[in-house]
Amino acid sequence: MTTNAQTAEQPIAIRVSGLLKSFGSHEVLKGVSLCAREGDVVAIIGGSGSGKSTMLRCVNFLETPSGGDIEIGGEKVEMHADGSPSNRRQIERLRQSLGMVFQNFNLWTHKTVLENLIEVPVHVLKCPKDEAIDRARKLLKRVGLAEKEGAYPAFMSGGQQQRAAIARALCMNPKAMLFDEPTSALDPELVGEVLQVIKGLADEGRTMILVTHEMKFAREVASHVIYLHNGVIEEEGPPEALFGAPKSERLKQFLKTVG
Amino acid sequence: MMMSIGAVAAASTLDLLAYSPPGWGATLLKGLLNSIVIALGAYGLGLLIGIGGAFGKLYGGPVLKDLLAVYTTIVRAVPELVLILILFYAFTGVLNEALLAWGFDRVQISPIVTGIAVLGIVQGAYQTEVLRGGILAVPSGQIEAARAMGMSRGLLARRITLPLMASNALPGMANLWLNATKDTALLAVIGFSELTQATKQAASTTKAFFTFFAAAMVLYLCISLLSTFLIGRIEKWARRGQRDMRG
Ligand SMILES: Nc1ncnc2c1ncn2[C@@H]1O[C@H](COP(=O)(O)OP(=O)(O)OP(=O)(O)O)[C@@H](O)[C@H]1O
Ligand SMILES: [Mg+2]
Repeated sequence: MTTNAQTAEQPIAIRVSGLLKSFGSHEVLKGVSLCAREGDVVAIIGGSGSGKSTMLRCVNFLETPSGGDIEIGGEKVEMHADGSPSNRRQIERLRQSLGMVFQNFNLWTHKTVLENLIEVPVHVLKCPKDEAIDRARKLLKRVGLAEKEGAYPAFMSGGQQQRAAIARALCMNPKAMLFDEPTSALDPELVGEVLQVIKGLADEGRTMILVTHEMKFAREVASHVIYLHNGVIEEEGPPEALFGAPKSERLKQFLKTVG
Repeated sequence: MMMSIGAVAAASTLDLLAYSPPGWGATLLKGLLNSIVIALGAYGLGLLIGIGGAFGKLYGGPVLKDLLAVYTTIVRAVPELVLILILFYAFTGVLNEALLAWGFDRVQISPIVTGIAVLGIVQGAYQTEVLRGGILAVPSGQIEAARAMGMSRGLLARRITLPLMASNALPGMANLWLNATKDTALLAVIGFSELTQATKQAASTTKAFFTFFAAAMVLYLCISLLSTFLIGRIEKWARRGQRDMRG
């Protein structure tokens, strides 16, 4: 698998090989692979139902794979023969190194923004509370929400909630970030503020896997793009190649329909 | 003439309700206290059963799920009065049979403990269902977010699911608390001296039925009003962070 030149010697952050996933008899992923080295931004694009979310969610085992291998930070995830993870403690530990951002933000509604941010650092990572609060405040400032630390999520705009959710993921100091269509649930005028935050993360060299429908954005930030169709990787490569000179008919068609 | 009869009646009513004999005030208040202790105990026991039962029904193995289904179905199908009689005789009977079989002496179980156990088992079945509904109404995304960040199951249940479920389950749980306070009256059938039994005793001895049952009604009403007030406070706290969508 190809990665861009600057990061070719970097250690591998996430490697997925031959991933299979079925829901009942419905085969959703038919052997997909992906490799993200540290600093890579891998974008996954594709039509609705092509398996993008499923692939991303298998990386941190929110979905249980039906087969294949997954390696996080050089550590192979222990699986049974059927692909299900065999060591829950390992899964929990590995998840702590992956910051996931969801389409619907999923902030905890009974906690203020600050409480959302320090929840996992304090209760899972056992970080001292004042240290966690310091860190959370810095991150909130960074995503432009310094004034909102005492607010409850229900009283914030979608864009603010998503920026808070990104800060919450960053608060764990993750080795990589996973984004599942982070702007799809947002009103158009709020998309920009969230993309700007994600762009900032890409620029500082964060490893990310990003499922997105924002083609312009994928082209701008990604170091590697994967086009998924019906559970197979139809085409992949650097963004200039994929968007500039698509080879497969399907991808050409797809790019035409999404504009 | 009319005035003086009224005055006599009022005076004797007060005499009847006076705290110390020959007034029956102390008996009524002791009954009230017993009722409250039993309601609190039964509700607490029901809460333990209910939390375990709700998580068991949702996340337990097939055997546990079946057992819980049998428990909640039976308890909710049978009239509480019948259940109380069955459980009372089963509870004391089976326990003593077991003790005798193991070579111990019979024990006299305190009526308070029996009352709490019996009503607690009834409460547990209803609370299991209310809490299960509360858990099901927790947005799955918020649980997923916690899982994605590496929270263990126990921590997730305690820090995320339970508090989110609490606000969903609160109206139903408040109802069950009021039921618990009123169900204590059913214990009168097994001769336990809670408020209703104490009232009956006072009324039949003095033949002042209206006076004593009116007094009992006022006491039950006081429990209910106080409960409603406290529940309102709790509900406000549990709903922190939620927007009032009714406008
Ligand atoms: N929990 C599930 N149970 C059954 N089928 C599922 C489940 N999750 C996803 N699927 C199916 O798997 C396929 C891929 O779904 P997935 O969510 O990965 O698509 P996607 O590429 O992310 O689509 P979108 O762009 O609409 O988000 C779909 O056909 C979907 O119906
Ligand atoms: Mg999706």
